[in-house]
Amino acid sequence: MTDKNVHVKIDEMKTNAGLVKNLELSIGKVINDNYTEEPMGPTPMPSITTLRDWDMKLLTKYKPFYMPDCDSCCLCTFGKCDLTAGKRGACGLDIAAQSSRIVMIAASIGSACHTAHSRHLVNHLIEKYGRRYPIDVGGLNVKVEAPVSRLVTGIKPATLGDLDDILTYTEEEITQILATAHTGQEANPLDFESKAFHIGMIDHVGMEVGDIAQISVFGYPKADPEAPLIKLGIASVDRTKPVVMCIGHNVVPSVGIIDYAKENKIDERIEVVGLCCTAHDMSRYYTRARIVGPISWEIRFIRAGLADVVVLDEQCIRTDVAEEAAKVNTPVIAASEKNCVGFKNRTNDSTDSIVEDLVTGKVPGVLVLDPEKVGEVAVRVAMKMAPIRKRKNVLPTAEEVVAIAKTCTQCKACQRNCPQDYFIPAAMKAAAAGDLSKLEEIYEVCIGCLRCESACPQKIKIHSLIVKAGEKSMQCEDNLCRSGRGAVSDVEIRSVGGPLVLGEIPGIVAIVGCSNYPKGGKDVYDIAREFASRRYIVALSGCSAMSAGSYRNKDGQTLYEEFPGGFEAGGVLNVGSCVSNSHIAGAAIKVANIFAKRPLRGNYEEIADYVHNRIGAVGLAWGAYSQKAASIAAGFWRLGVPVVVGPHGSKYRRMLLGRKEDPENWNVIDARTGETVNVGPSPEHLFNVAETKEECIVQIAKLCMRPNDTWKGRSGKLSHYIDLHKRYMGVMPNDIHLYVRTMADVPITMKDEITQVLQANNWKESIIPDPTLLPRMVRKMK
Amino acid sequence: MSCEPWQCAEIAATKKANVIQKPEIAVAMMKRAQHPILIVGSNVTERWMDGKQAIEYIIEFANASKIPVVATAHMVGEFVKRGYTPAAYWNAMEISQRVCDPTWMGLDGKGHPDLVIYVGMPYYMEALILSGLKHFAPDLKTMTLDNMYHVHASWSFPNASLEEWAANLKVLTSKYSGGQ
Repeated sequence: MTDKNVHVKIDEMKTNAGLVKNLELSIGKVINDNYTEEPMGPTPMPSITTLRDWDMKLLTKYKPFYMPDCDSCCLCTFGKCDLTAGKRGACGLDIAAQSSRIVMIAASIGSACHTAHSRHLVNHLIEKYGRRYPIDVGGLNVKVEAPVSRLVTGIKPATLGDLDDILTYTEEEITQILATAHTGQEANPLDFESKAFHIGMIDHVGMEVGDIAQISVFGYPKADPEAPLIKLGIASVDRTKPVVMCIGHNVVPSVGIIDYAKENKIDERIEVVGLCCTAHDMSRYYTRARIVGPISWEIRFIRAGLADVVVLDEQCIRTDVAEEAAKVNTPVIAASEKNCVGFKNRTNDSTDSIVEDLVTGKVPGVLVLDPEKVGEVAVRVAMKMAPIRKRKNVLPTAEEVVAIAKTCTQCKACQRNCPQDYFIPAAMKAAAAGDLSKLEEIYEVCIGCLRCESACPQKIKIHSLIVKAGEKSMQCEDNLCRSGRGAVSDVEIRSVGGPLVLGEIPGIVAIVGCSNYPKGGKDVYDIAREFASRRYIVALSGCSAMSAGSYRNKDGQTLYEEFPGGFEAGGVLNVGSCVSNSHIAGAAIKVANIFAKRPLRGNYEEIADYVHNRIGAVGLAWGAYSQKAASIAAGFWRLGVPVVVGPHGSKYRRMLLGRKEDPENWNVIDARTGETVNVGPSPEHLFNVAETKEECIVQIAKLCMRPNDTWKGRSGKLSHYIDLHKRYMGVMPNDIHLYVRTMADVPITMKDEITQVLQANNWKESIIPDPTLLPRMVRKMK
Repeated sequence: MSCEPWQCAEIAATKKANVIQKPEIAVAMMKRAQHPILIVGSNVTERWMDGKQAIEYIIEFANASKIPVVATAHMVGEFVKRGYTPAAYWNAMEISQRVCDPTWMGLDGKGHPDLVIYVGMPYYMEALILSGLKHFAPDLKTMTLDNMYHVHASWSFPNASLEEWAANLKVLTSKYSGGQ
């Protein structure tokens, strides 16, 4: 679609008009908008204020509730400035603006991270395969190949070169947004919020570009509901073989490793395993790769001596991995410019010399920025180190655990530094008496942050004690995760579009994010299984997709065996890694485009209005952790999709809450007549915390309701909401009357009890409109 | 015990909670309030003291003090199971947003709360909520009954053991007529 860097040079040209000499013409970019199937919409490549009005509509409904983590601002040298309770800083900023500014900065970091990842992928692949390499995310089954990018930029990408152009736009937006965080720029909290929404939208474009590029070139599953099942967990690894452990998010070095092993026909003789999203993307490329676990398990596997070489790429890698690896004689290869770990850059050295230095322990690690060279070095080092290391680990014996526990002074510094406030001192006391069961319980829920160890004045390696106590469980971790399937196909959208929009499929539950769970990964499994069993569509990604696959039902099946992998009622699909999250937003956008035939290109407001009012999708980041999770959430907010976070998500410091008892909050325009109609709090919030798993399940069910639900759809959704509320909250919900529009909405089996509630609340019947928040969508004014 | 935040990374604030040295002081403030409410979080079923869950101590206190209880998370069912019906149940953020709004007229519509008491939420989450109220509802008085010092509250007990916490809750209850 676009040609970049056109350069024309004419030394001499004779024409009828005259003689031209030494003409040079340079054009940065030519946009050939020759895609005629769909006209360009009103907002292609929106600037940071183009969609501000839309944002304000949402922010009027869902008001920010700020919870500052810090009373002061220390971002400039006028400060620190105390902003407590109405005070302003030296620049004039108040705490509301500062809080929203922090939200925007967090989302910008996340967006920059995904976009930089995608930029690396695209540049690398263009260098290797050329700008004209065609993109393909699903063959004939996926005609709308890049819904988010098309929606935002208007570009219909066909080649890697087109992806490059899309990224150029996103990079400019990130720069513009980040600039507004400077002292003396933006001042209004809602404007900061609008900009956070903008950067979230940009993040989804950046993610989509990266995943499209890698799917197209690396031959990943392409919108495949039956993507292969991948072995998951430490017990799935053959520890008699040399083990290469890759940690991070960028698959390029892992591809180098796998290619080298295959080309040299030694892939059967080694194990290539991954942690965090790199694991997903490795397994999309190579089904023999093993996913050993989410980010929080990095240290437990290294200390257990599993890895013969560790390869680090980028994002969410513990910054002390190299120190930990050195303790078990595991060499480390840093493979990303964004994470050099302080190692010497050996990219231009001979492979033999790098291998020699790592194997002899002359250096603990190296920086190698050539992925092919990383591949060769990693495999050769692993093969040489395995017989030398002999699975060296630093876990104590059970007897040593007891002896070490006896040195604990019960000062409680470990518990006070544990993000989960676990009763570690009590577990240590029990261990000192020979009972390791309490430490084992902590193993099941520990997020592996090591803050306990850092705080211990006795220098006890508490995490090692926990891992030793949980060793038996760890050795049994042999589960399955479906390989990331990538996009949702157009065919699937056509099948579910109607039932979804009418409410007959009760909702899409997108479970994303990291493993900073309040009480372990089992919660994610339970939540996913609850909704899949109720025939919601459950879409997972990243560490959540791994956690969901780490448990089995009573028949011994993992979630991915128990439920189909399609975008269908009762489907449980793993879209893939972090960057694959864009496919979940993309699926909602495609419903509007493919099913409802709403124009896509550069038509953000209309599509978001459609998604917000009609598609019962809810995002859940139960283990929210990073700035990337913030930007992913922000991308959903701008589409009007509510996001729930676990209790740790409160540390994002701002909620977007509706007030269900305020009727004016819940007015929409009926596009058929132009009349204002009150549709009740559907959905009630745009961003909220659920304190417990039980509350989370109920909240998700409620947030799936939409103004457009037909009576049949609403009846089904209410039935789930009431049933789940009774089961998990122990009582009938007290707000049913706000969700019943006509008596036909009432689930038939609950008619008597609901009728009583309606009568008690002076309920009045209302109509089901053709809902919109955009006056221009009204077809005929009454 | 020292008055430092329970979780060490919850750094000190510029405006810190007054320390409740004795439960009697807390009772005096509660009795002075016209529209107090008690917001109870999910940790009250996770903490055990003398073979009893914290929720049972809270129920005894609520019965004695008659302070209306708002259950957060899924705690409403836990209260009802134990024969106590809370005045309301809300999501923690939803109720906190409302108490932050001076136009909100309380659970019974008779007046905005003048004292909001928190107990039993995950520490970090309660800390953030109290911070929100400190900044955006500066006239509102907040208190926590936890055994963990909350720097952002108006009044907080210092860090204490579970045994000391149980003792404090018993004293609070005993200061109301009918309380044991």
